[in-house]
Amino acid sequence: MSTASENTKLAQATQWIDARFPMTSLWRDHISEYYAPKNFNFWYYFGSLAMLVLVIQLVTGIFLTMNYKPDARFAFASVEYIMRDVNYGWLIRYMHSTGASMFFVVVYLHMCRGLMYGSYRKPRELVWLIGMGIYLCLMGEAFMGYLLPWGQMSYWGAQVIISLFDAISPPLALWIRGDFVVSDATLNRFFAFHVIALPLVLVGLVLVHIIALHEVGSNNPDGVEIKKHKDPITHKPLDGINFHPYYTLKDLVGVSVFLAIFSAVVFFAPEMGGYFLEANNFIPADPMKTPPHIAPVWYFTPYYAILRAIPQKQLGVIAMGAAVLIFLALPWLDRGAVKSIRYRGTLYKTAFGMFITAFLILGYMGTQDPNLWYVNPVSQVCTAIYFAFFLLMPIYSKLDKTLPEPDRVTS
Amino acid sequence: MKQHARLMKILFSFVALTALCAGLIGKSALAHEELVLDRAPIVEGDKASLQRGARAFANYCQNCHSAQYLRYSRLTDIGLSEEEIKSNLMFSSDKIGDTMTVALDKADAKAWFGNPPPDLSVEARVRGADWLYSYLRGFYKDSSRPTGWNNTVYHNVGMPHVLYELQGVQEMSGEEGAQSLKVVHPGKLSPAEYNQFSADLVNYLVWMAEPAKATRIQIGVLAIFFCVVAFFVTLALKKEFWKDIH
Repeated sequence: MSTASENTKLAQATQWIDARFPMTSLWRDHISEYYAPKNFNFWYYFGSLAMLVLVIQLVTGIFLTMNYKPDARFAFASVEYIMRDVNYGWLIRYMHSTGASMFFVVVYLHMCRGLMYGSYRKPRELVWLIGMGIYLCLMGEAFMGYLLPWGQMSYWGAQVIISLFDAISPPLALWIRGDFVVSDATLNRFFAFHVIALPLVLVGLVLVHIIALHEVGSNNPDGVEIKKHKDPITHKPLDGINFHPYYTLKDLVGVSVFLAIFSAVVFFAPEMGGYFLEANNFIPADPMKTPPHIAPVWYFTPYYAILRAIPQKQLGVIAMGAAVLIFLALPWLDRGAVKSIRYRGTLYKTAFGMFITAFLILGYMGTQDPNLWYVNPVSQVCTAIYFAFFLLMPIYSKLDKTLPEPDRVTS
Repeated sequence: MKQHARLMKILFSFVALTALCAGLIGKSALAHEELVLDRAPIVEGDKASLQRGARAFANYCQNCHSAQYLRYSRLTDIGLSEEEIKSNLMFSSDKIGDTMTVALDKADAKAWFGNPPPDLSVEARVRGADWLYSYLRGFYKDSSRPTGWNNTVYHNVGMPHVLYELQGVQEMSGEEGAQSLKVVHPGKLSPAEYNQFSADLVNYLVWMAEPAKATRIQIGVLAIFFCVVAFFVTLALKKEFWKDIH
């Protein structure tokens, strides 16, 4: 039981801080009195989960850095040292390697949610663009981190991806590698980018993403604005509920489920059948021996498939870059009368279904040996669907026969 | 609204199903070359088998192959005492905290075998147990090779059959496409004994590749249990707070 004098002391302390730092108002604006639509569904867990994974990656990353050696002679051995001789080093390392893949799982689902409910549209264009910045940063972070264990796949994966820049400009590739082949110099600079440069940018962008979101307010599965209907006296949105305690508690349920899945991978299948940790990456990097089949980790395979689908290398590189960057144009390509897929017509739903299917098939094709007869034609068809989804959107989203949006959110 | 929910469910299950199928096909596609491998009859955690494997490794493999990421002291995990390790398994070093290195010079090894024998610390994670088991039993005589040996799963292998005194000498016979191995000179062990010997060695190699595996699975059960409890607690809490939200 707290006494009255203790309460005043706490209030005094709060006042003291608030006079010097906006603690209470920050808490109110972003947590306790941030009004979120009450109808969030399954798809709305992945934003907070992405933040959770970011924290997991930062914390495990710090502990890995304490024992990892960014030196071509010792890198592979230092990872095995972590796996064997560091107390719970295996746990830290598996959490980090699983976290990398799970980061992309939740981010892809988070982006899919944005696509489904039109979360990128006015007034949330900047939220979307900043989110894309996070995605690009994450791709760089993952790519550079994957070189650090210095296994065969680390080495040759980096070699292949950097050689793409050779197709655009050889001096650029040389500048990125710091050498004529991937070497100790490359490892050192990738380490610097992976442990400090990109994480700094990533954390900064996540903060900006949230500030922008809280300025305009969250979208919801109905795609209608809750700010249109406010209580005349309190001026709170009628369909909004306090982020805390409602969504903090709801997100904790999501966190429990997520951690159960995360633990299942970390403790029972850390290699995830070769998708999260590739068998060939347990062979130390050997610049003299090219592995017969080089494929990037699963989260890059859709783009890798697009690269391979184009017969001319330079064009392939451009197509791959365009496939990632085209998401940036989305807010201006969509001319639909409604935001949410719930009220879109058959035309849009068909296009969306085809796009998601094409993306998944591309992801699968990217893991396959390109010499198999079906890989190229299927990848080419899916690449066409992928780009058509975006480029034809101004036409089909306008022609689409939409249903009327409700005035208020549905349950 | 109900109709939308149903549509979303259909869409979601469709996507999930596609992902699952891709995963299943992809799993087989990621596997090694299309070789027919024998399933390694190993029981992970069987300490007697692991100890026999450790002895086989020290006696037959560790002349050329190091296990430079494994410390001798770690063998206490498979039930050996420090005394037993020192007197039976340590030939090249006298400190129990040392890693399993070999005296073989890398330049010599390259001259003799074409490639220096690889370190075997994590080999089982590269090849898998079944491949290793098939490999150890797959050597046969081939006069076209410099060492006189070839292997069914590792074509034109550089390593000679160092275990031939145990297994005996096998020859490849039969028509092309339907060839099979036959023991032409029996070794010290019967085929069943040699299979057991290989299984023990593979078991040991698998253990050595990830000594923390048993601990990992033990902690994993607790972690999942904790998450399930956390799920029910947080769900009850959420329901209580959300009572008045309609």
